[in-house]
Amino acid sequence: MENRSFYNEILTEHNVRPEFKHDLPDADIVLEGVNPSCGDDIFLKLKTDGDTITDGAFVGDGCAISQASADIMLGMIVGKKKEEALQMGKIFMKMIKGDASEEEIDSLEEASALRDIAHMPARVKCAVLGWRTLKEALLGEDADDDDDEDDE
Amino acid sequence: MTDYRKDFPLLSEIGENTVDGREWIYIDNAATSQRPQCVIDAERDFYLKHNANPLRGNYPLSVEATELYENARKGVRDFIGAKSAREIIFTRNTTESMNLVAYSYGLTNVKEGDEILVSIMEHHSNLLPWQMVARQTGAKLRFIECRPDGSLDLDQVREQITEKTKIVAITQVSNVLGRINPIKEIAAMAHEKNAIIVVDGAQSTPHMPVNVQELDADFFAFSGHKIFGPMGIGVLYGKKKLLKKMPPFLSGGEMIESVTRESAKYAELPHKFEAGTVNAAGAIALHAAIKYAQSVGFDVMQERELAVTKRAFDGLKELPHVHVLGSDRAEEHTGILTFTIDDVHPHDVSEILIADGICVRAGHHCAQPLLNYLGISSATRASFMFYNTEEEADQFVASIASIRERMGYGK
Repeated sequence: MENRSFYNEILTEHNVRPEFKHDLPDADIVLEGVNPSCGDDIFLKLKTDGDTITDGAFVGDGCAISQASADIMLGMIVGKKKEEALQMGKIFMKMIKGDASEEEIDSLEEASALRDIAHMPARVKCAVLGWRTLKEALLGEDADDDDDEDDE
Repeated sequence: MTDYRKDFPLLSEIGENTVDGREWIYIDNAATSQRPQCVIDAERDFYLKHNANPLRGNYPLSVEATELYENARKGVRDFIGAKSAREIIFTRNTTESMNLVAYSYGLTNVKEGDEILVSIMEHHSNLLPWQMVARQTGAKLRFIECRPDGSLDLDQVREQITEKTKIVAITQVSNVLGRINPIKEIAAMAHEKNAIIVVDGAQSTPHMPVNVQELDADFFAFSGHKIFGPMGIGVLYGKKKLLKKMPPFLSGGEMIESVTRESAKYAELPHKFEAGTVNAAGAIALHAAIKYAQSVGFDVMQERELAVTKRAFDGLKELPHVHVLGSDRAEEHTGILTFTIDDVHPHDVSEILIADGICVRAGHHCAQPLLNYLGISSATRASFMFYNTEEEADQFVASIASIRERMGYGK
């Protein structure tokens, strides 16, 4: 059957053969992210050195969108400064809301494979689970202060 | 063969509800059915020609509205075999009906140390109200578990119903497994111990004739929208002797006989339980839906529904990575096939089906305790109605057969 669905190869690859889905015993930040309505449940694990995210991983269960999105995210943020990672997260949220420019979407590299989520309101929560958890992990209680996907 | 699809505008008119110019395949009927034109007309006609607040005015229009509304009540009475129309209370849906029983009967009749028995396969709407009653009264909530194929061990049920049991709350048909529970037998066991039985008929009434007197159900609830009626109208049946002693659930307009500054004398049944302006148009359209179901006939609907369900089930059985929950006989599914696919999350299954123009439901189906008991967190559910076709079943199976490959798991 013709594959007209939204599941492109980038997505299925990251879901079936994730690079960052494993334990990270020496992580210094561990945070659970859950979507109660659909059951996506991940633990994001980060190893940091000052302002830099030196390593990262996740474990958990969920749909292909939530798992692939988290895997893609970790590929982008490992080795980056926390500030840079948060900035990517902001652009990702913008893309999901359908507000990002083409240049911004290009800057998201593989994460741009999820751009069509902007037309799939029921799956937004799956796509942003990793990024939302990252923001909470890095900012703690301050994460709620600026606008994110919940304020619509 | 009669083409009943033409009775349903959404199923027969290619309009906005298409994917790439093809009709959607709607197999999420356990969530809500489609509505035939006659039901849509009945709701519209009420507002066009008969609109007045029923039970209040004495001018002809209001009398007419009252008559139509009360006729709908009689239609429901006959449909479920109640003794009296006064035993039929219109609510918004099954959930509201269950809450009415829980708050009004439950809180006044259940005491600390008593037991409420529910089955593990209950929809949250027939579980959460009883959790509330147990919490508020100090009663214990106990569970009837099922075998892996969804059947109940009646000897075990008999043992679980004791002198302490005050309420047995159980669904007639599971919204996940589609299996029919032996309500009549369980009702007899409950009555033997002076307990009452509350039956969730949301998934049974659209698919089979129901007679509440034969079942000896004390309370029986169903929703209009699952049986071709509109959303926002539901029914609670209760035995008169129980309803009479119960306090009102909601209070306010049109549920009183007289009101003084401090107190009120409540109206007679069923109005005691229908506070405020009622959904008359909804009740009248539900009446039209019932008449529609009766005109097609449950025998015809069941025959068609079984043929389509069996076709889909047989197709799924050929697929090694697909696992259907419950019985392995299509006859024991009431049109409901809930399944998992190895390695593919149900929300991804439903997303791919959407791309193929097929509407199903993925998730926990408001039955989390059952799914936990079966060892899964979520599943995909296809649910068929008599208006679904074998071609639709085939397309559904073909789609399912392609999913693992499309999700990157090879052939």
